[in-house]
Amino acid sequence: MAIDTQMVKKIAFLSHLKVEDDKIAGTAQEFDKILDWVGQLSEVDTTDVRPLSAVNDIDLICRKDEVTEGNQADKILKNAPVAEYDYFVVPKVVE
Amino acid sequence: MTDITKLTIAETLGGLKNKQFSATDLTKAYLKSMEDNRDLNAYVLETPEVALAQAAQSDAHYAAGTARDLEGIPLGIKDLFCTKNIRTTACSHILDNFVPQYESTVTANLFNAGAICLGKLNLDEFAMGSSTENSFFGSTINPWQYERKLVPGGSSGGSSAAVAANMCAAATATDTGGSIRQPAAFCGVTGIKPTYGRCSRYGVIAFASSLDQPGPIAKDVRDCAILLKSMAGHDVKDATSVDMKVPDFAAVIGQSVRGMKIGIPAEYRPQGLNEEMVGYWDKGIEMLRQAGAEIVDIYLPHTKYALPTYYIIAPAEVSSNLARYDGVRYGLRVDGKSLDDMYINTRSAGFGKEVKRRIMIGTYVLSAGYYDAYYRKAQKIRRLIRNDFIEAFKLCDVILTPTTPTTAFPIGDKSMSENPINMWLNDVFTVSVNLAGLPAMSLPIGLSADGLPLGLQLIGRAFDEETIFKTAAVLEKEAKFERLK
Repeated sequence: MAIDTQMVKKIAFLSHLKVEDDKIAGTAQEFDKILDWVGQLSEVDTTDVRPLSAVNDIDLICRKDEVTEGNQADKILKNAPVAEYDYFVVPKVVE
Repeated sequence: MTDITKLTIAETLGGLKNKQFSATDLTKAYLKSMEDNRDLNAYVLETPEVALAQAAQSDAHYAAGTARDLEGIPLGIKDLFCTKNIRTTACSHILDNFVPQYESTVTANLFNAGAICLGKLNLDEFAMGSSTENSFFGSTINPWQYERKLVPGGSSGGSSAAVAANMCAAATATDTGGSIRQPAAFCGVTGIKPTYGRCSRYGVIAFASSLDQPGPIAKDVRDCAILLKSMAGHDVKDATSVDMKVPDFAAVIGQSVRGMKIGIPAEYRPQGLNEEMVGYWDKGIEMLRQAGAEIVDIYLPHTKYALPTYYIIAPAEVSSNLARYDGVRYGLRVDGKSLDDMYINTRSAGFGKEVKRRIMIGTYVLSAGYYDAYYRKAQKIRRLIRNDFIEAFKLCDVILTPTTPTTAFPIGDKSMSENPINMWLNDVFTVSVNLAGLPAMSLPIGLSADGLPLGLQLIGRAFDEETIFKTAAVLEKEAKFERLK
């Protein structure tokens, strides 16, 4: 699967990352090499193999549906780049 | 008195109990060692005030006869563990002003057992790397042959270097593809990646959640056992942590391996493997045979697919886990015209090269049209890799392999910086274990002809760290590896 410059731009957009114009061709080449290398997985026959997403066969434990911690706005906002009136502040999104 | 920073945890606890030195004396000695070794760049933050306050409490506990399991033991903490009110960065620019308002479960367990926090240790940004060169704070230097400026390994390179240079009694670390074992091997120290689920991941900044596992790096096998006992345990705050009794790992040290079956996988002896490494591996096999163990040939046929499988699954999880760094709730913010601009500017300025590379690869393999060909396929092969181990453990009790293909390499090595796959090959012997969720330890076995440490790896069945500790102790006793003085 060849990665072209269009694809790099698309992945960058989906990742919310900027790839400088002069780096796009190089990035495409590098990703091509990496995907070619991982492409060796296609030689493995995986018919009837179930995907493995978690190694421990444990049932998720449900806790009681109740408040355990609360009223910590100051702690939650402690590291916020911008906060006002107990809220996170973001650039205006509605015109 | 000999330099107390050179003692193991077991020896240090003895000295503290017998009042040969106080926790405050000990802490001051380590703080001095940290100061003397600052050029190694192992610590990204030193916390002397916190350490001395904790040491005073430990001394009070000893005086009152209420000493806990790790009372007064000074530790270095990998800067991936959130520490309450102590800056935690993952060695990323995107978090370089982050001060957690909560404590990771593993560090809480250690401090509740009386351990002392000396400071935060360097790592590859978000634990992605095998050399610590990817740290926003610059590389750590391997204390072995300092003048050669070698990498300490990674991602837990600050941890392994600090333990090797006696800048802490031991350190916390994490392992996603080899990040405890490879740096331990490069620095001539001992580290164990526990079974997935043994230690809580709560408060450990996430890299690839289905693979990440915290563990200790320490001066010897017994110290790893002592530390792991305090670090491990069920935690309701981590849904993947397992509710299982934590054994007294140190209790098995000194037990015989007579009659035990040691598996030797043919696939870990590829053509062209470093001859010195092969020599030490054979030596390790011989040591266990002499100790009465039976050596068994085993096969792990999907080994060659482990690294490419990992480099689909780990980046996929990275792209998802690191989506949270958006400049809104914590960390760096770089303003932009719109909300989207702000996200893009923040993430582009905040993440380093390797992290961006993995986010983008992960985004690609999860995107519509490629998901089945890459991500789904990798998950299926992950099962085949785990099945290989299940079959192998029908024939043996523990598996012995090299930890790394080589000794530590120079900072700025061209072949690695120019081709990321060459850097990734560092984890060729360690990464299968993470995919299978198994426990594995690296311990030093000897020095190469040019005087650098080499490590052997022991892999156990899930939740059977005890067999690893038992076997490792036998190898350690025979190898008589001399730690750095």
